[in-house]
Amino acid sequence: MSAKATTLNVVGGPSPLQRALGGVPIRLFVLAVVLIWTIPTLGLLVSSFRTQQAIAASGWWQGLFNFTNFEQWTTNNYERVLFADQMANAFFNSLLITIPATVIPITVAAFAAYAIAWMLFPGRQLLFVIIVGLLIVPLQMALIPVLRVYTRYGINGTYLGMWLAHTGFGLPLATYMLYGYISSIPKSIIESAHADGATPWMSFTRLVLPLSIPAIASFAIFQFLWVWNDLLVALVFFGTRRPIVTTRLAELVGSRGQSWHVLTAGAFITMIVPLIIFFSLQRYFVRGMMAGSVKG
Amino acid sequence: MSDVSNSRTISEMLDEPKIKVAFAIAATALTLALLVGGFFFLRDVTRAPRIAIAAVALIIGVGGVWALFFSMNAIAELFKPTVRDRILPYVFLAPAVLVLGFYIVWPAINTINLSFMDRFGNEYIGLDNYAFIFTNEAMLVVLRNTLLWVLLAPTVATALGLLIAVMVDRFKPTAEKITKSFIFLPMAISFVGASVIWRFVYAYQPPGLPQIGILNAIYTALGNDPLAWITLRPRNNLFLIFIMVWLQTGFAMVILSAAVKGVPKDLLEAARIDGASEVRSFFNVTIPYIQGTILTVLTTIVFLVLKIFDVAYVMTSGQYGTNIVALRMYQEAFVQRNFGRGSALAVVLFVVVIPLLVRNVRGLKETRG
Repeated sequence: MSAKATTLNVVGGPSPLQRALGGVPIRLFVLAVVLIWTIPTLGLLVSSFRTQQAIAASGWWQGLFNFTNFEQWTTNNYERVLFADQMANAFFNSLLITIPATVIPITVAAFAAYAIAWMLFPGRQLLFVIIVGLLIVPLQMALIPVLRVYTRYGINGTYLGMWLAHTGFGLPLATYMLYGYISSIPKSIIESAHADGATPWMSFTRLVLPLSIPAIASFAIFQFLWVWNDLLVALVFFGTRRPIVTTRLAELVGSRGQSWHVLTAGAFITMIVPLIIFFSLQRYFVRGMMAGSVKG
Repeated sequence: MSDVSNSRTISEMLDEPKIKVAFAIAATALTLALLVGGFFFLRDVTRAPRIAIAAVALIIGVGGVWALFFSMNAIAELFKPTVRDRILPYVFLAPAVLVLGFYIVWPAINTINLSFMDRFGNEYIGLDNYAFIFTNEAMLVVLRNTLLWVLLAPTVATALGLLIAVMVDRFKPTAEKITKSFIFLPMAISFVGASVIWRFVYAYQPPGLPQIGILNAIYTALGNDPLAWITLRPRNNLFLIFIMVWLQTGFAMVILSAAVKGVPKDLLEAARIDGASEVRSFFNVTIPYIQGTILTVLTTIVFLVLKIFDVAYVMTSGQYGTNIVALRMYQEAFVQRNFGRGSALAVVLFVVVIPLLVRNVRGLKETRG
C-alpha cells in the first residue's frame, strides 16, 4: 500500500512545495477510506480459513501477523458449511434461479423494446411512459397480492415462481435500458433489412439483438447480481425449505450468530460469484450498476 | 450437389401453406407441452437426480421463453405480410404487458386496497392501519429510524463519494483506477453478505476475553471497555446506517467522478486566474456545474435506502430499537401475517417515492422534446 501511495502524483496546484504539502493530507484521507472499505472484507476472508479455536483466541489480524503459525489455518470451515450446512445445495439452487431469472426478462424486454421502438401500433408512447413510471414502484407494493395468488395455485416455493417474479420486478428497467439502445439504431439499417425482404422476426433476431449486445451485457450483469444477492423476494416466494445462498446465510446468522468459522466461510461462498464477475467484467459491471440504479 | 437440391426442396416445402400451418401448430403445441410439463416436473418431482432437475430447469427457463415467442411468431407469419405486421406488435409486447400487469400494476392497486382492510383482507377497517403506523409508540421509533436512514445514508455516501471522486481525479490514472475499484468493490457484495462482514467488525466479547471484532479491539486498545455496538440505543442505528454508506459510496463516487471530469477545464482555469483557491473553485465552480448529477445520486440512494430491509434484518432483526419501515413491512406481512398492516406500510414507502416518479416521467418528456 505504502509503495503504491508514494507513486501517487498530484497534478496541478500553484507551487511544487504547496503541491507536495497539499497532496499529503489528501493521500492520507483517501488511504484511510480505502482501508475502511477493504479491511472488513479482508477480515472475513482471513477468518474463513482459521479454525474455530483460533478465531475465538485472537483477532484475525493477529493471525495474519503470525502467519507462519500453520496450526490456525484450515479449510474445514468450507467443507463444513458447504455440506453439513447445505451451502453447496444453496449455491446450486441460486444458480438455477438466477440464470433463467436473468435470461427471461432480457428476452421479454428485448421483444417489447423492439416493438415500442420500431413497430407501429396505437398507444406506444403511452406504454413507454407507463413503463418508466413502473420503474420506481417499490417491490413491497407487489409482494402481498402476488403471494396470495402463488399460495392459492401452489406456485410458492417453485423455481418458475421465482423466475417470473424476478422477471416482473426487473422488466421495467430492462425494457427502459434496451429501448434506449434499440431505438438509437439508425433507421436506415432497419429499413434496408426490411427492403431486402427480412421479416420482423429476422430483423430482430439477426440484426437488432446482435447490435444490442453491450446494453444486454450491462443489464444481464445487473440483473444477475440483483437476483443472486436478493433476500426479500426469496424469503417471500421461495421460502427456506429449499435454501439459496442469501436465505441460507441469513438463517445461519439467526441460528449460529457466534459461530464465526461457519459464518465467514458461508458469507464468502455467497460472495464468490459476484466477486468473480466484478473482477473479470469490471467495465460492464460498472455500467450495469450505473444503469440499474433506478430499479424499483 | 444433392445437398443443394435437398435444401432447396426443404425450403420450398416450408413455403407451402399447409406445411407452414402444421409447423406453427406443432411449434405451439411443443412449447405449451414444454412449459406445462416442465412446471409440474419442477414443482412436484423431488426425487429426481440433481442433474436432471438442473437440465430441465435451464431448458424450461431459458428455452421456454424463446419457444414461446418463436411459436407465436410462426402463427403470425401465417397471415399476409400486411396483416402480420399489424398483429406482430401485440405478439412481441404481450408477454411484457402480461408480466408487468400481473407483477406490478395489479398488485400495487390491490395493495392500496388491502391497506384499508383487516389482517386477513376480509373487511374494510378505514384508516386504522395508518392510524396505527402514525400513533403506535413502537411504530414512531420505526418511522424515526427510517427518517434517520433516509437523511444520513444518502447524504454521507454522496458527500464522501464526491470528495473521493475529486481527490482521486488528481492521481495518476492507474492509482485512480485502483483506488476507485477498492471503494466500488462493496457494490458486488449482497446486503446479507455485507451485514455478516460488519457483524464481525462490531463483534463483542465480555471484558477480559480477546476482542475478535476489529472495532472493539481498537476501542479497548485505547483503554476503554468493549461495547456491544449493535445493542446501544439509539447510537446503534448509526452503526447500521454506516453499512449502507459503505455499500453505496462507490456508486456515488463513480457517477460523480464522471461528472467531475466533465467540468470544463477553462471554467476552472478562469477561477484560478481570478485567484480562487482549490477549495473555493470546488464550491463555486464544480458543485454548481454538477448539481444535477448530485441530485440524481442522492435521490437514487434515498430510493434504495427506503426499500432495503436486509441490513436491519440480518444485524438485529429490528431489535434494540433499530427497526425500519421496510423491515417492519416484511415482519407484519410475512411473519405476523397481517396483510392489512403490511400493505399500509408498503403504501407509506410508495407515497414517499411518488415525487421521484413524477420527476422521472417529466424528465422523459423533456428529453423527448
